[in-house]
Amino acid sequence: MKSPTTAERKSDRELVVTRTVNGPARIVFEAWTKPELFKRWWVPKSVPITLLSCEQDVRVGGKYKLVFSANGSTMEFFGTYTEVKPHARLAWTNEEGGQEQITTVTFDEKGGKTLLTVHNLFASKEALDDEIASGGTAALPETLDQLEELLTTLVPNAA
Amino acid sequence: MRGSPGQLELDAAAADGSGRSARHLRAAAFWIILNHMVQYLHARLDASFAALSDVTRRGVLEHLGRADASITDLADEFRMTLTGMKKHVSVLEQAGLVVTEKVGRVRTCKLGARRLEEETAWIERYRMQWDERFDELDRVVAERVADELKRKKKNDAYQKRK
Repeated sequence: MKSPTTAERKSDRELVVTRTVNGPARIVFEAWTKPELFKRWWVPKSVPITLLSCEQDVRVGGKYKLVFSANGSTMEFFGTYTEVKPHARLAWTNEEGGQEQITTVTFDEKGGKTLLTVHNLFASKEALDDEIASGGTAALPETLDQLEELLTTLVPNAA
Repeated sequence: MRGSPGQLELDAAAADGSGRSARHLRAAAFWIILNHMVQYLHARLDASFAALSDVTRRGVLEHLGRADASITDLADEFRMTLTGMKKHVSVLEQAGLVVTEKVGRVRTCKLGARRLEEETAWIERYRMQWDERFDELDRVVAERVADELKRKKKNDAYQKRK
């Protein structure tokens, strides 16, 4: 059974996402910290990018680097792990944007399942507002185009 | 319904890397997005209609259509307590029909809520992307759990034989 995912802007500079995953914290933590597992789930299915490489040195002060390819160009995301408590808590900085953004993930195990809380702290209210404004309306028409295209392939008479 | 999360799991179970199954998986993912969009739209419409069902709130919108106003101004005009007017404005705000901004001790209300609407839509897309991610994570974790169980059973059988 799948649990719902929630997302909320908790304050001017915070975004919080939660989801309960079906498995013990030990295994869920592994999926966040072992590149060969992490690579298998990190890219959302609907996002047309590929994760080319993933390096994770999971210890306080250790670095990570993700390289993505999209439309023939590559993008790098990188930062430093600032907290590593096995099976309980992970935190890292996101340094690619210039301004520092901190992501904290907590793993709460209950009855064999794990509640994940992903907390994103932006450098300032403006940083989060800009992020929202830049992605403001761009993604929706594209999704609708893809949807329309899909409908024409699924239902021959829809077009 | 096709857009149910169960359908994706079903398709994913059938997907063994063949192009046809991958297409089914993509199709299922789109149905889920469509489903979310429709649900989201319904939630927004419900909130809008609920907000518009009250005569005072319609009056407030009409007033704000002519000029911005503070909550105190609105309370005076509609002969209400400040608390009562705050509640009405909050319903309108949540429905995305009015934006308010506090400057000093005065909260000013304006018509329209593009910024709030955009933000809500953006957060919903952000949530959907995480939801897709977590669906995959769930699959990876389920596989690991099953592997461990298999190993443990093997080990137990071996111990018994000894």
